[in-house]
Amino acid sequence: MTALTLSNVCKSFGKVDVLKNIDLQVEDGEFVVFVGPSGCGKSTLLRVIAGLEDATSGDIRIGGQLVNQTPPAKRGIAMVFQSYALYPHLTVRDNMALALKQEGQPRDVIDARVSEASRMLNLEPYLQRRPAELSGGQRQRVAIGRAIVRQPKLFLFDEPLSNLDAALRMNTRIEIANLHRTLKGSMIYVTHDQTEAMTLADKIVVLRDGRVEQVGSPMELYNNPANQFVAGFLGAPSMNFLPAARVGAEGGRTIGIRPEHLTIAADGPLSGKVVHVEELGGDTNVIVDLGKEEKLTVRLFGQHHVSPDSPVSLGYDPQNAFMFDQEGRRVA
Amino acid sequence: MNKARQNPLNSAAAHAVLIVYTIIALFPVFVIIVNSFKTRKAIFREPLALPSADSFSLIGYRTVMEQGDFFLYFQNSMIVTVVSLFLVLLFGAMAAFALSEYRFKGNALMGLYLALGIMIPIRIGTVAILEMMVASGLVNTLMALILVYTAQGLPLAVFILSEFMRQVSDDLKNAGRIDGLSEYTIFFRLVLPLVRPAMATVAVFNMIPIWNDLWFPLILAPSEGTKTLTLGSQVFIGQFVTDWNAVLSALSLAILPVLILYVIFSRQLIRGITSGAVK
Repeated sequence: MTALTLSNVCKSFGKVDVLKNIDLQVEDGEFVVFVGPSGCGKSTLLRVIAGLEDATSGDIRIGGQLVNQTPPAKRGIAMVFQSYALYPHLTVRDNMALALKQEGQPRDVIDARVSEASRMLNLEPYLQRRPAELSGGQRQRVAIGRAIVRQPKLFLFDEPLSNLDAALRMNTRIEIANLHRTLKGSMIYVTHDQTEAMTLADKIVVLRDGRVEQVGSPMELYNNPANQFVAGFLGAPSMNFLPAARVGAEGGRTIGIRPEHLTIAADGPLSGKVVHVEELGGDTNVIVDLGKEEKLTVRLFGQHHVSPDSPVSLGYDPQNAFMFDQEGRRVA
Repeated sequence: MNKARQNPLNSAAAHAVLIVYTIIALFPVFVIIVNSFKTRKAIFREPLALPSADSFSLIGYRTVMEQGDFFLYFQNSMIVTVVSLFLVLLFGAMAAFALSEYRFKGNALMGLYLALGIMIPIRIGTVAILEMMVASGLVNTLMALILVYTAQGLPLAVFILSEFMRQVSDDLKNAGRIDGLSEYTIFFRLVLPLVRPAMATVAVFNMIPIWNDLWFPLILAPSEGTKTLTLGSQVFIGQFVTDWNAVLSALSLAILPVLILYVIFSRQLIRGITSGAVK
């Protein structure tokens, strides 16, 4: 069964079209990540799915049912917000129980589900506290708990990790991945962070200017990007783009080479000057200026000592290069 | 304050300014209260002196208690002020919520229309208001005053509260919607507690002019049964003779309830300010 089907969904605010003809399927138990630069419409799309915004046109089906006219509470969804959005006047337990109370669930069901969720998220010691007495990570876990207790057909996450610091972000990321494995729920996750997208997703949806650019598994998108935008958006450091004529390559206008596919080679076809070196321990990023404002990033694995301002020649394997045409479409 | 950043000279100057201002602000109140406890002769001979064993007298308070139905006036003022404040806050907050939360045609125009009342004094419409009250048979009722004061307070309330409501997190309201709370529950349980400091501000701004108003009670509800405290105190002020003991005593008594209401609201104000600061 499909958890979510979007067909031809459009959304405009006045004269501005934010979403343009979105078609998408989310299968049962799938973890789908919407990723794209800010302003690409990914959060709006999530809000349209949640029912917080009405779609201007198109159909939204959750679990096979048309929900265009259904209020958010009746759509069988649960949402986790970036700012946690916990109710400040309720304890952790009541925060999690509120939606079930509103649904009119019996008391023992509510108690069972809340204790199950708090056990899963290690929230048991904090059940009587109020959100103000919790740390950021704990608050986010309560927000996730509030979603879990509803046993929704579809989980929606709106940049849930953006307010956490780097170490906590990684831990919570792993926790969410584990949660997905144990709950086997269908999840939609919005982020602008491509690392989160690559590590969590079964399927990534890359959005730009309200359009779906490409849909696929993380490795599919990485190894086989449909266009220059997707190629440049996924992967860190991002892909290098050069006019194809510069390296004498045929069959396209722009050539794209990932930083890890460039090598420092004395007889390489590209030569320039090292402008900056980033030594990260595990790998080393070398930024090379080819002149004419063209800069390339080379990613070397392991530790290398390259001094800035030294001349350098670069080589690459044409097999690992991507060719794009004038409109940025992938041609080879 | 941090010791290292504290300049004793600055601090002394700041305190001097504050103390001078406090004295200026409290002086009239002080004079009223002190003189309300003195004999008539003592009031005129030495207006600034404290009551001594010789000059101490409760004659003013006795007159106030005996003449006219002072407790009724008191009660009237209290009812009018509290009910008007309640209505101003309730309807003001509701209108502000609608303006800040919902997108609809004419939203900005409606906001402007509601704020227009801030610039136009309601007293300009006194004659029309009186005609309306006569037509609807509300003259000489407390309801007439409550309606007028509610109308008078709403523009500023809507203006201030809608500004604050815009700052309440959208995520919080949306979380409520997803959890199945009605718009009313979201308004009363989630949004109102968060704008409580703003509500206290609006309450304080509205309370004192309503309590002290002489104009509308005089025009709309001058009957014995509906007189407010301010209007009731006017009996002691005559064209040729003024019973200063009674006037000062009545004024001293009139200060008390506003003071209590103010303390209640200002505590809310301070709590709101500090809770925002330390988060």
